[in-house]
Amino acid sequence: MDRFETYRYDVLVVGAGGAGLRAAIEAAAQGASVGLICKSLLGKAHTVMAEGGVAAALANTDGRDSWQVHFRDTMRGGKMLNDWRMAELLAREAPARVVELEGWGALFDRTPDGRILQRNFGGHQYPRLAHVGDRTGLEMIRTLQDKTVHSPGIDVYMECTVARLLKDDGRISGALAYRRETGRFVVFRTKAVVLATGGIGRAYKINSNSWEYTGDGHALAYDAGADLIGMEFVQFHPTGMVWPLSVRGILVTEGVRGEGGVLKNSQGERFMFRYIPEMFRADFADTEDEADRWVAEVIAGRTATVRRPPELLTRDVVARAIAQEVREGRGSPHGGAFLDIASRRKPEEIRKKLPSMYQQFYELADVDITRQPMEVGPTTHYMMGGVRVDAETQAATVPGLFAAGEVAGGLHGANRLGGNSLSDLLVFGRRAGLGAAAYAKAYAGDLQVDAREIEAIAAELLAPFDHVGGENPYAVHDGLQDMMGTYVGIARSESDLRTALSELERLRARAARVGVEGHRQYNPGWHVAVDLRHLLTVSEAVTRAALERRESRGAHMRVDYPDSEPAFATVNVVVRRRGDAMTVDQEPIPPLPDALRRIVEGKD
Amino acid sequence: MDAVLRIFRGDAQGGQFQDYTVPLHEGMVVLDAIHHVQAHAASDLACRWNCKAGRCGSCSAEVDGKPKLMCMTRMDEFQPSEPITVAPLKAFPVIKDLVCDVSWNYEVNKRIPPFHPKPPEPDGTWRMQQEDIDRVQEFRKCIECFLCQDVCHVLRDHEKKDSFAGPRFFVRVASLEMHPLDVASRTAYLEEQGGIGLCNITKCCTEVCPESIRITDNAIIPLKERVVDDFYDPVRLAWRWLTRRDRAP
Ligand SMILES: Cc1cc2nc3c(=O)[nH]c(=O)nc-3n(C[C@H](O)[C@H](O)[C@H](O)COP(=O)(O)OP(=O)(O)OC[C@H]3O[C@@H](n4cnc5c(N)ncnc54)[C@H](O)[C@@H]3O)c2cc1C
Ligand code: SF4
Ligand code: SF4
Ligand code: FES
Repeated sequence: MDRFETYRYDVLVVGAGGAGLRAAIEAAAQGASVGLICKSLLGKAHTVMAEGGVAAALANTDGRDSWQVHFRDTMRGGKMLNDWRMAELLAREAPARVVELEGWGALFDRTPDGRILQRNFGGHQYPRLAHVGDRTGLEMIRTLQDKTVHSPGIDVYMECTVARLLKDDGRISGALAYRRETGRFVVFRTKAVVLATGGIGRAYKINSNSWEYTGDGHALAYDAGADLIGMEFVQFHPTGMVWPLSVRGILVTEGVRGEGGVLKNSQGERFMFRYIPEMFRADFADTEDEADRWVAEVIAGRTATVRRPPELLTRDVVARAIAQEVREGRGSPHGGAFLDIASRRKPEEIRKKLPSMYQQFYELADVDITRQPMEVGPTTHYMMGGVRVDAETQAATVPGLFAAGEVAGGLHGANRLGGNSLSDLLVFGRRAGLGAAAYAKAYAGDLQVDAREIEAIAAELLAPFDHVGGENPYAVHDGLQDMMGTYVGIARSESDLRTALSELERLRARAARVGVEGHRQYNPGWHVAVDLRHLLTVSEAVTRAALERRESRGAHMRVDYPDSEPAFATVNVVVRRRGDAMTVDQEPIPPLPDALRRIVEGKD
Repeated sequence: MDAVLRIFRGDAQGGQFQDYTVPLHEGMVVLDAIHHVQAHAASDLACRWNCKAGRCGSCSAEVDGKPKLMCMTRMDEFQPSEPITVAPLKAFPVIKDLVCDVSWNYEVNKRIPPFHPKPPEPDGTWRMQQEDIDRVQEFRKCIECFLCQDVCHVLRDHEKKDSFAGPRFFVRVASLEMHPLDVASRTAYLEEQGGIGLCNITKCCTEVCPESIRITDNAIIPLKERVVDDFYDPVRLAWRWLTRRDRAP
């Protein structure tokens, strides 16, 4: 083992998106020595792509907003499966976290009286998303990146990928990683690991995610023995680009609808009026007139006096509506729906409020969104499920392991509201940093890493170089994506999910035979081969959890169980590793305290 | 229809261009073609990318000699009969194939004096007018693709990395200097470490910026003016001399 580069830290943060950066800043502020690792260069994590905004009940744009309303929206959006304590903390703490960013240099768009401007988004009752045009994530990550760079006590390892967590007697004691540039292994010895690795979107072909989203953190935690919850809940965003092929899946921000954009089918009908669920009827306009008035009032900067347009229903509802319109033959030419802002807003307003969208369509799809409608359809976007954590500290069920951001489960329940992820990163990134630093400080034992185990893992990771003429890693990945899209996509059934399980066995066998060309230095084929293991683990977890939840709720739709079932209303599906087998259990969610229940029911 | 990509294959020791044939489809971008080569012909072909939508600034390369984001460069911009060359950025050392070592940029960033805000209002927040932040928001659009660094002759041809921060970091400094809340001064940094005097306003950086940031006009020229005001104004010069830190007891 001496032949490996080795470093020691109190806290090792895996991931440098919003959650990882915020965790590192906090842990360092507590006096912990921090190692921060990311697969790409600093500032390129997924967070940079977030467009629409960060949800926080600042009540700047509409004075009626409050943490209680944000909490209620989050719980109702999540179909009450959320970890309610996390939802409460999110709603209470997000405003302070956003203002804190401003103190670190972030510049959000302003209201006429000079405060942070907020925009409307699906599922949020009031305009709540602090934003910077449609590049909010860039503003956030750059601000956090600069704060990190000037925080003493944080060492950054860019283009370094964690391949396995290491334990000593049941506790986290380190991680084995490799540097992309050289292919060399690095051993990190640490008391605490904060996973902040983001999502799993690359398990699906049509997705809005980058190559990094291979579910590494989910799989690392699972392998280390931690519980995963809510893995059946994969968010399909209703509006991804559908044409041309080359851009299929790339996100079209919900901000387009927040700014007044409407969805139409091939008959020119605004079909969303037909899809308003019972639970939300009281809150949404039932005529175009009313919906248009709402938009007019909001754009004029007035407080809305009528109900909001149904295009702003939660993502699960809108995604399913589009899928159904397409299935029933009313889709757009390339199998989506039309999203039209051109006929609703002036060209200069569109370019000011949605500059990246304008550019993205103009340059990649030859569409001028100030003059033409966009073609959009569902795309795999976000993972609600993840590592089960304690709400206060973000501690996972393995001592020394913490998780924050998209890789953590619970907060969003069965469906995430737009904008709640960026606030999640800030609120729980900070809490994870605090939790991990406190744990590291309190633990005085001497933790070891096992040299023989490390050698064995290293050998396993290098095996693809010996499989001359083996399976092409890209082809296996492609096969997995096709399979997941076909059998574990938006609409699921028992028989499809069973097929998926047996297909996964076949893919696993192929993955064991992958071979790569060339040498270890910056070799993407090898990196794909290593990532496959993680993708297969999370794909299996999603499939098994989806089989277990015999109902439809939020983002999880079973065609064989189309209704929500009371028996499933209060349980989490928990996936964990027992020996080499993946087990699935239903576990009750602690009941909502009365005070919070009254808020959800709108009585407070 | 097919296209031929002529891609640099090699590392710090050297390398050569190699041709790969890829099938074209509507709307295809250069990054799609690179991915096709990886999946079908050369699984070890190194390149960086993340967002595939022009937002992260990872996929910078020189396409037919021009610094571009590969994910935003359409294949139909090029003559199908001619091979399209794809090479790594020239201003930075190659690691492998299309990936080069841009770590110098991260070191430069560390040396820029950080944001230092004035105290907030009594309610703990700050008031700012949109028109006062518009110009700073322009600078904050930067996606750190380093294409401007790549074309700037001071870095590209004269290798002045030890004494010149480059256009990206002038944009960064401008975003701090013109921030309505910031109270720190970075003119000393610009003059002494940033080497802003070496820029002779050729505007090459502005031309390649995928975010259309008017780097020269809006960032560099106003910063040069600040430096002149602070450093070469006779009264201030005398004041600076009198208050020099190394003269203090
Ligand atoms: C196009 C798009 C738009 C979005 N818009 C919004 C929005 O407007 N509002 C909102 O709230 N949410 C939005 N989201 C969702 C939100 O951006 C993400 O959920 C969030 O940024 C995830 O942040 P994170 O910190 O958890 O992870 P990320 O930002 O994804 O960072 C993950 C980090 O982990 C690292 N990593 C992963 N695996 C490893 C490993 N094995 N070893 C080492 N490092 C590793 C990566 O390199 C990266 O640094 C959007 C998402 C997309 C795709
Ligand atoms: S304007 Fe200045 S910074 Fe920009 S390319 Fe020319 S010399 Fe370089
Ligand atoms: S200023 Fe423009 S060209 Fe330079 S790094 Fe930023 S986005 Fe790229
Ligand atoms: S991949 Fe992000 S800019 Fe090209």
